[in-house]
Amino acid sequence: MTSLALERLTYRYPAAAAPALDDVTLRIEEGELVVLAGRSGSGKSTLLRLASGLVPHVHGGRVSGEARVAGMDVREHGPGELATVTGSLFQDPETQIVMGTVRNELAFPLENRGESPAAIARGVEEAALALGIAHLLERPTHALSGGELQRVALAAALVGRPQLVLLDEPTSQLDPVAGDELIGLLRRLNEEWGTTILLAEHRLERCLTAADRVIAMADGRIACDADPAGFLAWAHSSAPALETPGARLLATAGLGPPPVGVKQARATLRAAGALPDARRSLHAEQVQNVTHRPALRLRGVWVEPKGEPAILRGVDLSIAPGERVALMGRNGAGKSTLLRHVAGLASPTRGKVQTGGRVALLLQNPNDYLVHERVVEEAPRDALDAVGLSHLADRHPRDLSGGERQRLALAIVLGGGDVEPPALLCLDEPTRGMDRAHKADLAVLLGRLAATGTALLVATHDPEFAAAVADRVVLLADGAPIADGAAADVLAGGWYFATETARILRGAGGALDPDAGAALVRAQLGVAHPPDPRPTEVYRR
Amino acid sequence: MSVRRSTSPLHAARAAVGCALCAALALPALLFDSPLVLGAVVVAVLATGAAAGAGQALRRALLLALPFVLVIALLNPLITRNGLTVIARLGEAPVLGRLDVTLEALVYGVVLGLRALALILCCALYAAVVDPDEVLRLFRRVSFRSALTATLATRMIPVLQRDGRRMADAQRCRAGTPPSRVALVRAVAAGALDRAVDVAAALEVRGYGTARRPPRVRAPWSRHDLAFAAAALALVALAVGGRMAGAAAFGTYPLLHGSWGAGAWALAAALVAAPLLPFLDRRGVEPRAAALAAAWGRR
Repeated sequence: MTSLALERLTYRYPAAAAPALDDVTLRIEEGELVVLAGRSGSGKSTLLRLASGLVPHVHGGRVSGEARVAGMDVREHGPGELATVTGSLFQDPETQIVMGTVRNELAFPLENRGESPAAIARGVEEAALALGIAHLLERPTHALSGGELQRVALAAALVGRPQLVLLDEPTSQLDPVAGDELIGLLRRLNEEWGTTILLAEHRLERCLTAADRVIAMADGRIACDADPAGFLAWAHSSAPALETPGARLLATAGLGPPPVGVKQARATLRAAGALPDARRSLHAEQVQNVTHRPALRLRGVWVEPKGEPAILRGVDLSIAPGERVALMGRNGAGKSTLLRHVAGLASPTRGKVQTGGRVALLLQNPNDYLVHERVVEEAPRDALDAVGLSHLADRHPRDLSGGERQRLALAIVLGGGDVEPPALLCLDEPTRGMDRAHKADLAVLLGRLAATGTALLVATHDPEFAAAVADRVVLLADGAPIADGAAADVLAGGWYFATETARILRGAGGALDPDAGAALVRAQLGVAHPPDPRPTEVYRR
Repeated sequence: MSVRRSTSPLHAARAAVGCALCAALALPALLFDSPLVLGAVVVAVLATGAAAGAGQALRRALLLALPFVLVIALLNPLITRNGLTVIARLGEAPVLGRLDVTLEALVYGVVLGLRALALILCCALYAAVVDPDEVLRLFRRVSFRSALTATLATRMIPVLQRDGRRMADAQRCRAGTPPSRVALVRAVAAGALDRAVDVAAALEVRGYGTARRPPRVRAPWSRHDLAFAAAALALVALAVGGRMAGAAAFGTYPLLHGSWGAGAWALAAALVAAPLLPFLDRRGVEPRAAALAAAWGRR
């Protein structure tokens, strides 16, 4: 049976100049796990919203062509009716939680379908067990962390046992551990219960091994529809920004075929006799700062909210001017709290925060900074120049793309004119929901800032971005640093907090990005020159 | 303000009973003018909240309400001409005319303030101890559209509170001059509309738009349901009975007059004791959601 069928479908949002979906023809059969790839604005989210009925019933706009979900015409059946066969999970879990407790949240879709009390009780229990959230059932939803909220929202999407599950970047707010767990769970759902899964994701290296098929979109059209290996081959020649680090590593080293995951990449390297023999130690040599005027010095910082467990436990940290530090750790490890205290938004219960000047903090959601009608009213001209937005000075800030909004928010916190340049720039999850090309642009921009002497402290879940932007990584666990060393030491030595290149090469040579990894592989093979002449702009540092 | 799901006998009672208790506590505040009875209602609500573990929420509500109550109490003697006992002559004021403050108007202002305080605290108690999800289920069986509106509104309050806190933090992080209040209000309104659309979309994809009448969950009446229902009935009986019997009668105009005898004190004491007695039995206390789950499982 076909779960989703589109026939020459074109959709245009109200007042939009160009169609968001343009002449799309597509069939997804029952039991398939399909990954939707593409840059921001390529039409992935619109396709998912169409399949859930939100387009056109909630968002409006014009539809032509045919769209059927499990045989139901999307134009005739609204999201409520389609909810009997689909389960949807979008990026921001906070707006998807409707009820006060987790149990009520899971019961809600079943109640709407008029299920019996016994069926509701069983459905809630099974969904909670499947998602590993049985211990959260009686917890109030407002007290859950971002990762927990995302699992609860997924459980609520699955509790009605939908035929088709639609997920829009479900791992964008999760740490690498929780992200991998979620992908594993989706694979289990697909394999054991035959649930059809349509998953839009930017971090393709996470989910390609689970996928049966990859559909790449560009400008509202389908640019590629192939199995994961076929997609990677297409991406290598036509869309380098979508290529995974592992595929890029092997292609740059002149090896093939493009590997779908770490295991396959390692098998290819082993067969070619190019797999370095390395077992990296978990120990990372601590960075010693001897500067007398650090950009930041934390001494025994404790944050102990009344009646709750401590969030930060005696953190000592020193950052030199111009130093680039990535702050990593699981959801709830204390990263955001640390940044808030560094920026002076809150005061520690104990300990000292000393800064070498102004601290600029870019919070997770750039929209929170945007309050004016024109871009030029938000930030001074020179700050807009610095982030490359001066050509958009007269646009409305909310008309900008996600990446442009992020840069505008950066210009707002950096300031310009008479404002003193920051001694330290803190960024909290700046790449949330960003595609790979935008991440690379941001890494370059941050590198330029650091070159002027501004120190960087970037909280991120994304090891690839951390490797691109930082020369030092601090790993937090339960409110205390458990590793603090050079990026090559910390990110090459872990299982989860490691780049794909480091996992493929098992940390050999401290290589973190595909270019460094390829150089190592070529050295192993005794090849002097790179066989792949394509410029390596996506992973540059 | 939101419900704290703690383990107290009142939290273990069903939502309908919790609503009934809050309404029954508000009733004497509406029926009586006696400061003694109104004070007793305030004490009863605060004590009930404290016994249910919601003392902090009620304290916050009390602190928020006090300025409002003081304004009522102080404004009334300035704008009312009733009462015969003049205690201050303040001369002529431009709009208000001659300002003679009477003792009766001052006391009536205190009565109005106490009544407002009692009603605000009853609402705060309701918000702190009655599960809104269960109230929503009750409403859905009566009116689908009202329930949808209530769902959106109740869901939006905490979401917008968090958005507001985040935006305030973001504005503190701006370099240079902060934006004007008008710009902020406009941005908050635009953000609220975006959020409302997101929440409405979430409700739609959970099937709320085509929801059927939900099944009635026939959970057996627990000891706490029975005890608090009895307390609510007792409060209603005390309020209506006391009013009809003329206990704690009180009037302010033209001169202060009222009953401060043993009957009035007994009524006040009974109003305080009635909602507190069910807290003596703490057996079988469990969060309401768990009780509902058990009830579902039994079907």
